[in-house]
Amino acid sequence: MMEKRETNMDFEVRSLDVSAGNLPDQVQQQRRPWWYQLKYLLVGMFFGIVLVKAEIISWWRIQEMFRLQSFHMYGVIGSAVVVGMLSVWVIKKYKIRTLAGEPIVFSTRQFNKGQVIGGLLFGFGWAITGACPGPLFAQIGAGFSVVSVTLLSAIAGTYVYGMVRGKLPH
Amino acid sequence: MICPHHDNFTENNLMQVLEFLRRPWPWYVAGPLIGLSVPTLLIIGNKGLGVSSSLRHICAACLPGRWPFFQYDWKKEVWNLFFVAGILAGGWVAVHGLGDPAPMHVDRRLVLEMERYGVQGFGDLMPGVLFSWGALGTLKGWLLMVMGGFLVGFGTRYAGGCTSGHAIMGLSTLQWPSLVATVCFMAGGFIMANFLLPVILQL
Repeated sequence: MMEKRETNMDFEVRSLDVSAGNLPDQVQQQRRPWWYQLKYLLVGMFFGIVLVKAEIISWWRIQEMFRLQSFHMYGVIGSAVVVGMLSVWVIKKYKIRTLAGEPIVFSTRQFNKGQVIGGLLFGFGWAITGACPGPLFAQIGAGFSVVSVTLLSAIAGTYVYGMVRGKLPH
Repeated sequence: MICPHHDNFTENNLMQVLEFLRRPWPWYVAGPLIGLSVPTLLIIGNKGLGVSSSLRHICAACLPGRWPFFQYDWKKEVWNLFFVAGILAGGWVAVHGLGDPAPMHVDRRLVLEMERYGVQGFGDLMPGVLFSWGALGTLKGWLLMVMGGFLVGFGTRYAGGCTSGHAIMGLSTLQWPSLVATVCFMAGGFIMANFLLPVILQL
């Protein structure tokens, strides 16, 4: 609740956006039964299958990417962005609404130093573990149980960030 | 006469589809599918693609403490926890339902470099020598798994997003701060993979 008074710097946590506070979806969600969320589980499953089948969860593919030895990961990320951009353009142009009939909301992000410093730190971690957060979950599902240690460590990293963020440049 | 022939035809087609799905998916199939998750999440519930925030919600749900960063109604973002649970389940389905019996193909230059550090296991998605419960006890394994994971969690939250939140969702909505973040993710990865990781791997 205290977060709401300052600018939301978390690109991914929409409910903290002041503008999103009164979204009908946010208000209604509280009243919806838990199984209403299962559709996100299905989309996640689909996402996880793609991450494994395209070998995006592979440590080797990430090493190849950062050594410019393979086009694969650039092709994946590049074509994902192109399709994402086109979809967002279509949604905006034709004012497409959600299934529940709400207008689709896009949040805008302000620049802060975290995107540079945090970005570099995450880049270090990405090259070491061969995984960004999505693949961490997919690797565990794919049977690499030891990655649960990496995931716990990532949660610890998030926690420490939450503890010290007041002292960090933003 | 026609019916059995027809059945045979569809059966062969199904087998071909299944065989294609079992092989590694090319980038031009996987990338667009990942891109489509952006409009899917927007249309089914006004949600923005992003994975790393789930780590913050886990903190807020389990141990918010007195930290303002974790004092928010995480239940409003519970969809994100269902989403990552789905990613985990999808990883299982991909291996057990659509597993590829053939070993993975890794670029020869990478194989040569890694063999110099004694890293092997190129047929698997991850090198077991580095990522296993046994390796966790070694300094190298600890640095790779524990320190690596910490950097992922700390860095993504400091940056306010990860590959999905900034690189895919952020760039899809033409946000220049997300472009800055993406460039920094790549820069950090290049520095680590080419200059620092070789040192760690030789420990």
